[in-house]
Amino acid sequence: MARIIGALASSHIPSIGNAISNGKQEDAYWKPFFDGYKPVLQWLDKEKPDVAIVLYNDHGLNFFLNNLPTFAVGAAAEYITKDEGWGLPVFPPYKGYPEMSWHLIESLIEQEFDIAMCQEMAMDHAFINPMRLFWPTENPPAIKTIPVAINTVQFPLPRPARCYALGKAIGNAVASWPTDEKVVVIGTGGMSHQLDGERAGFINKKFDEMCMQALLNDPEKLAKFSSLELVREAGAQGAEIIMWLAARGALHGRVSQIHSSYHIPISNTAAGVLALANH
Amino acid sequence: MIAASPVQQITPQLIPGTYIFDGRMAMKGYNLNRMCYSFNSADNRKKFKAFPEAYCHSYHLTREQVHAVTDLDVLRMLQLGGNIYYLAKLTGIYGMTVQDLGAQQTGLSLDEFRAMLASQA
Repeated sequence: MARIIGALASSHIPSIGNAISNGKQEDAYWKPFFDGYKPVLQWLDKEKPDVAIVLYNDHGLNFFLNNLPTFAVGAAAEYITKDEGWGLPVFPPYKGYPEMSWHLIESLIEQEFDIAMCQEMAMDHAFINPMRLFWPTENPPAIKTIPVAINTVQFPLPRPARCYALGKAIGNAVASWPTDEKVVVIGTGGMSHQLDGERAGFINKKFDEMCMQALLNDPEKLAKFSSLELVREAGAQGAEIIMWLAARGALHGRVSQIHSSYHIPISNTAAGVLALANH
Repeated sequence: MIAASPVQQITPQLIPGTYIFDGRMAMKGYNLNRMCYSFNSADNRKKFKAFPEAYCHSYHLTREQVHAVTDLDVLRMLQLGGNIYYLAKLTGIYGMTVQDLGAQQTGLSLDEFRAMLASQA
């Protein structure tokens, strides 16, 4: 059976994409941020996962408010990238894994997660930037991907506890996939930030540090928050931490930390990366 | 087991300076956000930039929404149902970054806003 080797979580701030494209990794502003990924890259280089299940939130590229699923699973042979409206580069498509996608979909529905199913899906920076951070030498990388979109645009958002449970269900689905492939689950977004309103620029380092700890040792603690409590504590867009929580949910074994890094600010955001191994 | 309906314990109004994009706001801002969604196309961005008001009218924006759009008044657009993920596609047409938006909404200069961000490290 397939095996989840770990979970990765990363901010997906749009400006990261341009920093990578413009080779700014060693600039004073960016260096502490990019350096935070190096131990994770070493781990990935050693482990060489075959499949990445990527939990991300669409920002009005693939989904509009006319048809907005709470949870949506990709089942495409490839995932295109498209113009998001403000100048991020468009890349060749990422490789899909439709056979495993349909297994995931069937398993999730059996586990009573009535997700939307997508045979076409365009990826935005929330998928692309973490992929470029974790596989910096090739874009798109050779790894097969399955995107899972979680709604963070339109309230009501799925409850954090539900996202955590979704992750657990993904873990079950992978365990019943009949190959010996290695799977890594990735949650993107966060950490604390707020783009809109008079409270724009809000960052909460204490809360982010609590999240990092809870994701390692006590994810149930984070799962007990409501969506609005997350907004209050982490900022309006800091609620994206639900993708991290979902990724953590997929780890059923003993969990140890490979690495974590945290840096304020990148753009308007507290940027974080977390890598957890599943034993 | 999680306590029932935790959402009820805290209302959107209790989070200062924050606009919760719920169903009420999504209905109010539907056309505004639909217009901003169209800016995923370079061709539409060009059409908008040539005749902003006419473009707004083609999406049936209210008069207040048209004014907020042509003024690039982010708080006003939020109050009229705009969602920041969509509004960013509009402000991006004018080269505004999320830091520019933050400065505008908080009434700070760009440098002051950046200093405020850095001070939270």
